[in-house]
Amino acid sequence: MGLENYLKHENILVTNITDFVNWGRSNSIWPCTFGLACCALEMMATSLASYDIARFGSEVYRPSPRQADLMIVSGTLTKKMSVMVKRIYEQIPEPKWVIAMGACASTGGIFKSYSVVQGVDQIIPVDVYIPGCPPRPEALLAALMKLQAKIKTEKLDSRPDVDE
Amino acid sequence: MIVEKINKSLPGLIEDQIWFRDELQIYVKKELFISFMKHLRYNEDFKFDLLLDVAGIDRFSIKPRFELVYILYSLEYNMRLIVKLKVDISDIVPSMTIFWKSANWPEREVYDLLGIKFSNHPDLRRILTWDNFEGHPLRKDFPLQGPDFNEKFNPDSIKVY
Repeated sequence: MGLENYLKHENILVTNITDFVNWGRSNSIWPCTFGLACCALEMMATSLASYDIARFGSEVYRPSPRQADLMIVSGTLTKKMSVMVKRIYEQIPEPKWVIAMGACASTGGIFKSYSVVQGVDQIIPVDVYIPGCPPRPEALLAALMKLQAKIKTEKLDSRPDVDE
Repeated sequence: MIVEKINKSLPGLIEDQIWFRDELQIYVKKELFISFMKHLRYNEDFKFDLLLDVAGIDRFSIKPRFELVYILYSLEYNMRLIVKLKVDISDIVPSMTIFWKSANWPEREVYDLLGIKFSNHPDLRRILTWDNFEGHPLRKDFPLQGPDFNEKFNPDSIKVY
């Protein structure tokens, strides 16, 4: 069944480095463990057996931002919390991506209020937005697949940490 | 029953009393508030040893503008009492932390959201909003969306801790 059947006679696999790196990055997007509101529970449900985010290589929720690649902003971002969220984003090493999960993280949602940030894209760059209140786990998985497709189109020198 | 007890030991303190859902609410006079609360806390007839919550109400356009609500409970006698105090915008209310330690954070919350100041409070800082927040959001004349809703939000403008 496995790859060994095809590669049993010392074969050579040829690819270019961009495709190879993007293939590796897109299939091991490790999210940062943090949640802000009810969307975080859907995020947890996504990692459980029925939805099984491990199928996409993203089951390793990292408690330290130093080891994470993806920030899932799951929930309402209040202005008081925005300081910490921005700090966590800055602690994640490049390459890093951001998913704004749910209506609150994308636009502020129902909280048209003095205390809520009207969309996390006001403080950090966002790659994928998920609508819904809260989005179902399928929506998070769809966003993850969208992000994988996006990573596969990236050029290696287009990331901000790469010197020109 | 409690009203008679209070009237017997401290006559003329209760301005008004309301029975609502089997709970007694009493309005007390501002001048004697602190001695009254001390009496409720330590007197053998009451022993209200638990302060469950301190809340504030903004009755905008009515004078005096604010009401403070102290929810007391006596473990000894299993009674509940809601003490209400009318305060105006410039009044400074004595802090109840001297009698109940649990008044600390609720009074900070009332100060944060309604702007009622407490004297002799050990740590009267904002508790829910951030340190350099301007205004008091639960006041009826506070704009719900805040003064700078249409401007782009800058997290550096938030001072926390």
